[in-house]
Amino acid sequence: MTSTRTALAGMAIAAVAFTGLATPAAQAQDGELFIPLLTYRTGPFAGSGIPIANGMADYLTMLNERDGGIGGVKIRIEECETGYNTQKGVECYESTKANDPLIYNPYSTGITLQLIPKASVDNIPVLSMAYGLSAAADGNLFPWVFNPPDTYWDGASAIIKYIAEQEGGDLSNLDGKKIGYIFLDAGYGREPIPLLEQFAKDYGFTLTQYPVPADQMQNQSSQWLNVRRDRPDYMIMWGWGAMNPTAVKEAAKIRYPMDKFIGVWWSGGEDDARPAGDGGKGFKTLNFNGVGQDFPVIQDILTHVVEPGKSQVSETARVGENLYNRGVMNSFLMAEAIRTAQEMTGKKVIDAADMRAGMENLNITEERLKEAGMEGFMAPLKLTCADHSGENDVYVQQWNGETWEKVSDWFSPMKDVVRPMLVKAAEEYVASNQPWPERSEPCAQ
Amino acid sequence: MLYREAGQYKTSYAADMAVFPIRQDRIGIAVMLAVAFVAIPLVASPFFLASIMIPFLIFTLATIGLNILTGYCGQLSLGTGAFMGVGAYACYKLTSIFPETNILVWILASGIFSAAIGVVFGLPSLRIKGFYLAVATLAAQFFLEWAFIRIPWLYNYNASGAIEVSTRTAFGVVLTGPTAGTVERYFAVLAIVVLMTWVASNLLRGWVGRSFMMIRDMDIAAELIGVRPLRTKLLAFAVSSFYCGVAGAMMVFFWLGAAEPSAFSINLSFQILFMVILGGLGSLIGSYMGAAFIWILPVLIRMVPEALGLPIEAATVEHINFVIIGALIIFILIVEPHGLARMWQIIKQKLRVWPFPY
Repeated sequence: MTSTRTALAGMAIAAVAFTGLATPAAQAQDGELFIPLLTYRTGPFAGSGIPIANGMADYLTMLNERDGGIGGVKIRIEECETGYNTQKGVECYESTKANDPLIYNPYSTGITLQLIPKASVDNIPVLSMAYGLSAAADGNLFPWVFNPPDTYWDGASAIIKYIAEQEGGDLSNLDGKKIGYIFLDAGYGREPIPLLEQFAKDYGFTLTQYPVPADQMQNQSSQWLNVRRDRPDYMIMWGWGAMNPTAVKEAAKIRYPMDKFIGVWWSGGEDDARPAGDGGKGFKTLNFNGVGQDFPVIQDILTHVVEPGKSQVSETARVGENLYNRGVMNSFLMAEAIRTAQEMTGKKVIDAADMRAGMENLNITEERLKEAGMEGFMAPLKLTCADHSGENDVYVQQWNGETWEKVSDWFSPMKDVVRPMLVKAAEEYVASNQPWPERSEPCAQ
Repeated sequence: MLYREAGQYKTSYAADMAVFPIRQDRIGIAVMLAVAFVAIPLVASPFFLASIMIPFLIFTLATIGLNILTGYCGQLSLGTGAFMGVGAYACYKLTSIFPETNILVWILASGIFSAAIGVVFGLPSLRIKGFYLAVATLAAQFFLEWAFIRIPWLYNYNASGAIEVSTRTAFGVVLTGPTAGTVERYFAVLAIVVLMTWVASNLLRGWVGRSFMMIRDMDIAAELIGVRPLRTKLLAFAVSSFYCGVAGAMMVFFWLGAAEPSAFSINLSFQILFMVILGGLGSLIGSYMGAAFIWILPVLIRMVPEALGLPIEAATVEHINFVIIGALIIFILIVEPHGLARMWQIIKQKLRVWPFPY
């Protein structure tokens, strides 16, 4: 009978071990707003990931320190390291899902694509701030996904519009021009291609593409050799992580006119332009958030978070950098959505469904921005049930060797062109992912 | 004391040739199956199933696939990730063309496509061996990854270039897509992995496996005995790629739910190769151990500081994780170069003669 006893003992031990593992490590406490932050401070994209992670965490910590949270309720943040790896991103999602999170910020187009279908089933909103699936801007089909203030397609159209402006103002001036597109060869970089190809057809310019594989980000000499051969009039870049500084350095090396080299908002980190030294002067990127420490909100972060040592930033000077401020803006949107949801429901402690409604009814006015110490930090923003992106104004900034300078006014992307394409793409996505759940969430106003 | 075969008499040839000749082993395997099929689904949280068990089983299957090729047949391959990708893309195309068909059928059928591709890239193995063959399979890795990015037909002309899994059923149960339950997915993965492990263990004990091992140990001698090297090596590539293909299809359909081509990069190939080497070349149980070590241990280490309430930053935990796993791999390979499976075998051997081990 020894073997039977062994078997029973084994089974018991196994059962105990698995029960131990099965219990979630940390349970959400009542009276808290739980926001998991999927960040990456390791891996090839850490250079871009660290300032964003710091900005996101510091703004929320500042709210806790200065105001005691939002509406008197403390925010609990928990970072989960993804390393920009989709497998780990999904693991982070699964591990934090049980603790009643309000919202997810995947900060990777790959992870966003994985979370979009899950979000509508698990009823947790996903905020992919100006990245992820452009088509998700259609709130009727993607009630749980938000991508304010702009989609990649807005960004691409804004860059084309800006180039036309440089060429004299009219889009017809693009006829016969050659525009190069250098991009990270992943979902992120490929997202704008359909739109750019459409524009090339409509406005008569030639589009040449220079894909950079993710594992070759730091070796772009062959792409830039082709750029030198093709001599495009303008270069557009969709880069991230280590790809950006390499591209700027290579462009400087082949003496490409830097003021004709325009990146999307994710190519505008200080560390992207700085390593090229003087050669990087003149490099331009789009932006939708303010840069620098001259905002009351950033001063508050310095006083309440950085000086008492509650921040992870390596030095005070790094507060206020472009990507840091982008993280601040990301957290500001979440905080405003919580505030909106609290006003709508009258509850202090909201849940993910309230958060979704709060995101959908987000209305950040000039007055509100002023009140929050963010005047001029970002353009006013309003989301609706149908429009989860807003197609808001952007501006162009230029690297002067030391810092980013605003060189254009705020201007709007080409909404009339982008919007129909967004709707069409959303329908295509839904058609290829049948059965797609019908929107059942009421449009609360 | 517990693990002793005294008193167990083998009275037939069949009993002597059994896979598990010792009664304790048979009970052990029964207990493990009971835990896997009954205890885990009953008590485990969705996180444990979705982020630990499902990926662990899928990686195990891929490791078994590579182990058949590298461990049993001696052909070093770095194309595992790409072969998994072939399975995933094949399954994606099949199920988008025939959405009504039972998804399990396509999961298994996708292995056939992977096997065919594996055979093509296995052709150089007749002339080149060892590191040179590894380079040839590396070409497979790069070529296939290029194909996943550059052939839009493979991902149905999706703007993002990723494959996204829609809702599919088997026997009326939703198994894939966002609405699929974790337990259902776990059972599907578990059933396929257990079934394919059983097939592999029988295949490897028969003439097929023996001819693989003959080729591995000395190909000229094998040829003299009458084993045809080309056919055997290609068969090994086919079987191995079949397993990898099914694992790849399961990885996307039952675990991730969507995949970019970068999911099947060279890193995945290396990850599987490490599982094979650490688990033990030429061992099925080693494949399970290797996959568990490389996949489960980091997840557990990541959970430790939180469970203890230590205020350590997520990024720091990740750095510590790399250090611990790296150090453990070096330590284990120094202590036992033949991997965890050999260690397990030694433990069993010592237990059998306990209390007088030698």
